[in-house]
Amino acid sequence: MNSTDLAIDVSHLVTHYGSRKILDDISFQARQGEIMVIMGGSGSGKSTLLRHLLGLHQPTSGSIRLLGKDITQLSADEMYDLRKNMGVAFQGGALFNSMTVGENVELPLREHTRLDENTMRIMSRMKLEVVNLAGFENLMPSELSGGMIKRAALARAIVMDPRLLFFDEPSAGLDPVVSAELDELILILRDAMNMTIVVVTHELESAFKIADRITVLDQGRILMSDTVAAVRASTNERIQSLLNRTPRNEAINPDEYMERLTREIF
Amino acid sequence: MTLNPLLSFVSQVGQRSLQSVREVGYHAALLAEAFYWLLFGHWRRQPVRLGAVFKEAVGVGVNAIPIVALASFATGMMLAIQGIYTLRTFGAEGQVVLGIALSVTREFAPLITGIFVAGRSGSAIAARIGTMQISQEIDALRVIGINPVRYLVAPLLAAMLLTLPALTILSSLVALFGGALYCAGELSLPIDIFFARTFEVLVADDVIHGVLKSFIFAVIVTLIGAGNGFNVSAGAEGVGQATTRAVVLGCIGIILADMVFTFLTSR
Repeated sequence: MNSTDLAIDVSHLVTHYGSRKILDDISFQARQGEIMVIMGGSGSGKSTLLRHLLGLHQPTSGSIRLLGKDITQLSADEMYDLRKNMGVAFQGGALFNSMTVGENVELPLREHTRLDENTMRIMSRMKLEVVNLAGFENLMPSELSGGMIKRAALARAIVMDPRLLFFDEPSAGLDPVVSAELDELILILRDAMNMTIVVVTHELESAFKIADRITVLDQGRILMSDTVAAVRASTNERIQSLLNRTPRNEAINPDEYMERLTREIF
Repeated sequence: MTLNPLLSFVSQVGQRSLQSVREVGYHAALLAEAFYWLLFGHWRRQPVRLGAVFKEAVGVGVNAIPIVALASFATGMMLAIQGIYTLRTFGAEGQVVLGIALSVTREFAPLITGIFVAGRSGSAIAARIGTMQISQEIDALRVIGINPVRYLVAPLLAAMLLTLPALTILSSLVALFGGALYCAGELSLPIDIFFARTFEVLVADDVIHGVLKSFIFAVIVTLIGAGNGFNVSAGAEGVGQATTRAVVLGCIGIILADMVFTFLTSR
């Protein structure tokens, strides 16, 4: 893989929350125009990984290169410029409740460009068309359904035509039809705009449908980062149990068990 | 922990103190950052927008006029009643104007305005920012490339610094009017004579004293409201706690700052 066409290059990322280690030696890459799905169960560290990819936290060690720039080393001004090329759709949408849907979508344009009012309005309407929300720009976020909020958040994320799009749990809390539509939308966006898209999800079906490559996280470590076929064919026990939805059957160590129960008492 | 209870008490005191120092430091940093964006945001391509400042000014200032005016009116009248009652023992009811004029402009107007704005807006700021924090809206601002302090705190701080002194002067006038009305009834002192005497005894220093306090209160209300909002982490209950804290700490902060300021400047 040539390093110039890597959109995302994470190497040896280690992060802590307080004294607890959350991510341990994470390394993976994604090429421009690729859909990378980060998969893992609850508590696997996938949300933490996403927050680090977004530059919301400073890691303990390791590097995160986005579009060739190491975001752990960037100055505030350089990060500001890089953010114009990044779009993020949060799990709950994170639309600004005091603004209409249209104003929400326009906000990045208003902050980063000097376009006139009408141009911004037209551009935000175009993006709302893309996510099938045309005509909803004057509603408040509280008047939208769960699926509409996710789509509006997606419209806001892509309004600057970013080269990198991050999508947190696109199908969480949605019915199968709406979540299938969102998957379709992600594929269209990649094909039409050649975006590199990172999707964090625990939904297998959606992951296999949209992913070019899948990174599987478990307890803060990467189990594998490979193509869909390779992940399916993996013989790793944890990956298989994730795929087949079997519960964890780890043997309990009696000493550790006792230690956990009696910690800070004796 | 079944350690020595004395030891655990000392460690608790230590942790509380550390927490308080950390909080003071955090608010100081917040203040510095808000001023930084107000002054230099333009050069960092992230200006604090005038529209946002005016919008906040209407919310924290203009909309507070009725309640502040009512409270000030009642306070002025109350001062007149108490003043006349007290001074009558010396047969010096006529001096009540001096008492009202000085205590209102130097003390009561800024204090009442500050406390009402802390109750109205301090809680609203904490609730708004706290809710944005738990619904990831603050994160959304940051990933869009909008500094949350510049976008949420700086316009508020500017609006508070603009409107609180104005509200304080308004509060002074209304309180004096309340006092004048009571004196007109009780002492048959015409209102215009009351005001003429008031402006005779007041010097610019008294008014400036009150207005300077209101600048300090503006900073306290904004920082405590915003700081508590940003530190919300635990859902709806956290927002509730932050709101309560913002009001209680805001009011206490105002009264303590008032005491210190008066101590330093009035002796």
